[in-house]
Amino acid sequence: MLDGYDFGVGILSPLVTINETERSMVRATIGHVWPGNEVWLIAGSALLFLAFPKAYAAVFSGFYLALIIVLWLLIGRGLAFELRGHVAHGLWRGFWDAIFTGSSLLLAFSVGLFAGNVSRGVPLNEEAYFFLPLWTDLQPGARPGLLDWFTILTGVTMVVLLALHGATYLAMQTVGPLQTRCRTVAKSLTVPAAIFLSALYMAWPIVQPAVQEHDYMNSARYAWSWASAATLALLYRFHLRDRMVAAFACSSLLVASLLVTIVWGTYPNLLTATDPANSVTITGAAAEPNGLRAALWWVPPGLALVVVYQVLIHRMFAGPVTPETLYLYGHEARSAHGATNADESRRASRHRPQ
Amino acid sequence: MDTALLYDRLQFSVTATFHYLFPQLTMGLPLLLLYLRSRDLLSDSDHFHEAAQFWTGIFALSFAFGVVTGIPLEFQFGTNWAAFSNYAGGVIGQMLAMEGVFAFFLESSFLGVLAFGTTRFSRRTLWLTTLLLFVGAWLSGYFILATNAWMQHPVAYQAGPDGRVTVGSLSDLLTNPWLVWQFAHNMTASVVTASFVMAAVGALYQLAGIYPAHARTYVRTGVVAGALASVLVITPAGHESARQVFEFQPVKGAAFEGLFRSERGADLVLIGQPNMETMTIDNPVVVPSALSLFLYYDLYAHVKGLDAFPPHEWPEQIALLYFAYHIMVGLGTWLVLVMGVALLWLWRGKLFAARWLLWLLLLSAPFPSLATTAGWIAAEVGRQPWLVYGLFHTAEGLSPLAQSGDALFSLLGFLGLYLCLGLLFVLLFVELIRHGPAGAMPAAVQAGR
Repeated sequence: MLDGYDFGVGILSPLVTINETERSMVRATIGHVWPGNEVWLIAGSALLFLAFPKAYAAVFSGFYLALIIVLWLLIGRGLAFELRGHVAHGLWRGFWDAIFTGSSLLLAFSVGLFAGNVSRGVPLNEEAYFFLPLWTDLQPGARPGLLDWFTILTGVTMVVLLALHGATYLAMQTVGPLQTRCRTVAKSLTVPAAIFLSALYMAWPIVQPAVQEHDYMNSARYAWSWASAATLALLYRFHLRDRMVAAFACSSLLVASLLVTIVWGTYPNLLTATDPANSVTITGAAAEPNGLRAALWWVPPGLALVVVYQVLIHRMFAGPVTPETLYLYGHEARSAHGATNADESRRASRHRPQ
Repeated sequence: MDTALLYDRLQFSVTATFHYLFPQLTMGLPLLLLYLRSRDLLSDSDHFHEAAQFWTGIFALSFAFGVVTGIPLEFQFGTNWAAFSNYAGGVIGQMLAMEGVFAFFLESSFLGVLAFGTTRFSRRTLWLTTLLLFVGAWLSGYFILATNAWMQHPVAYQAGPDGRVTVGSLSDLLTNPWLVWQFAHNMTASVVTASFVMAAVGALYQLAGIYPAHARTYVRTGVVAGALASVLVITPAGHESARQVFEFQPVKGAAFEGLFRSERGADLVLIGQPNMETMTIDNPVVVPSALSLFLYYDLYAHVKGLDAFPPHEWPEQIALLYFAYHIMVGLGTWLVLVMGVALLWLWRGKLFAARWLLWLLLLSAPFPSLATTAGWIAAEVGRQPWLVYGLFHTAEGLSPLAQSGDALFSLLGFLGLYLCLGLLFVLLFVELIRHGPAGAMPAAVQAGR
């Protein structure tokens, strides 16, 4: 969810910007947070490893091909972010902009793809391992591939939702014509978001009948559908009323509720198998209690510490990005070497009392 | 060797070796950066601020490459080594998660502040941020080394009923006796790498006659830190690490030293090629009895050679181990010599005029990275055939269902991608050096030419 909006920002940046200043502003909105966000991804997989080594081993080796490609995309995206400013030339920046948008789009799709595969179920064997080819016949049957019509649907849904999330974030963080454009994009994305979420709602029981078997799953699914509809409507309204923080809260909720529902829908399994007998349950996959007890000592305080300084950093950079405040984000200093207005202002402010 | 196993091992070694070129710079540099920022706090001029900014830029570039090449390592535990993850996840998952939560977050969050916020924060905030960056980098190294130390010398674990292992005691795991000297050795080595890079950039500027003030600061900082660190990395840290290998993994130690036969008063081989047919060292240059002396402080001490162990317990690649270890030691000695002479010349006030010595500093810059890489090859290849020493074989650790074709696909992809990444890094690194510190004027401009 945290990484979500910066995927969305990446997808949208060529759509909503018309010049270099605006592109720099878009970068500046996520510049200081994305490394921290990227780390959530790593820390998240490490915590999964810690808590459920068996599921970690199964999922990572089963999605082998997809994850290797995801790794390459993450490398491309990370470098696009860091290297774009190093050479002040349109060709260089254009190249990295394309890499950034392309990898953001494919990564957002991959998130949806994994969510789709987990909710459909994977062909686990008796030893709780599986290996998915990238695609077979695009049908979610007995011999599924990573891509089938259902997982493509979840992938596209995720792209739309994260683009909406990113547009809302951008509208919150910028001003002027750029903000207006982001808001227009966000408002128009609510319609496809509603369509795809409804399609997902209807398609889910077709590929995974288990979600209709239990009352608690059905009620969760109903609750999710109503909550999503209400959140979307509110999101649209907050955009009209220019209440950006509330709008951003809505789009966060929209993404989070989808992911929570998917996890809830697989419970008590951690990993649902196409052959139900081989499913990995949460208790079956958990690490030995000893290790988990040890982790309880340090995980909560550790994460609390992280939240404290991430909030601190968000506050240090609070406030919308405008063409006038762009230099505060070090953009000029990083892109054009030598004396720039950023350095000038630094020097000017240097001998003030601190 | 089974082809899937071969490809998986090659992929991990390629990705890990390439990755580690960057962290050794980003662990060593924060210490030097902290020095520059401290001088900035204490001085009235902009000189140290500019110097710190310049090196923060180089740090940020290396860090970016370090992060993107580090993610594949963590993922590969699951993708390529699923059986190992399943077996040992209870222990190493703990370490890797700690690294993520305590160290990596700290480091990358505050790098964001340094890279994007230098124009809006005070010098004190920047100093504090650099300190946190340093803490993050060294903690990160600590947890990763704790993981490796457990694989080299497993302690504080419990085997469950299904044969999988889990943490017995977290504190014992984090104070693994293996870890103490390994950490000291590895971290001082990273300071050596960073010092040599800083000194080399200064030497380059001095030789070219540009940025004279910066040239002197970089050479001075690099030489003082480098002289100190290149001695510490060998003694006590390297020396104790070697003794530790002979204590816990004697067969690996024998392969390092090329000691085929157990001896009382064992010789130290300086140069020579191991001959696996005759089990001797060809063309040897040795120091008599020195190995016994170094290891046990006794000229006549008995040292176990390879013949003291049945061949199936030997590491797989004796010759590779021997060379990796000797390259590390040889280069390490060279680095002490260069830095020692440079320090002497600096003290006598002659360094900045001694062009031959500046050239030597410049050309020696890649050697610390080579030495470190060779050292890691020795440590990790020497662990084979074990993945967890004495507990779990590498061959048992593979993901059970991935095929060799899948592994080759990803191996080739990584090779191609990393070739591009390496070229890109060199290009951008040279570009940063060429631009020099922002705000500082090249000497030619200052002179009005």
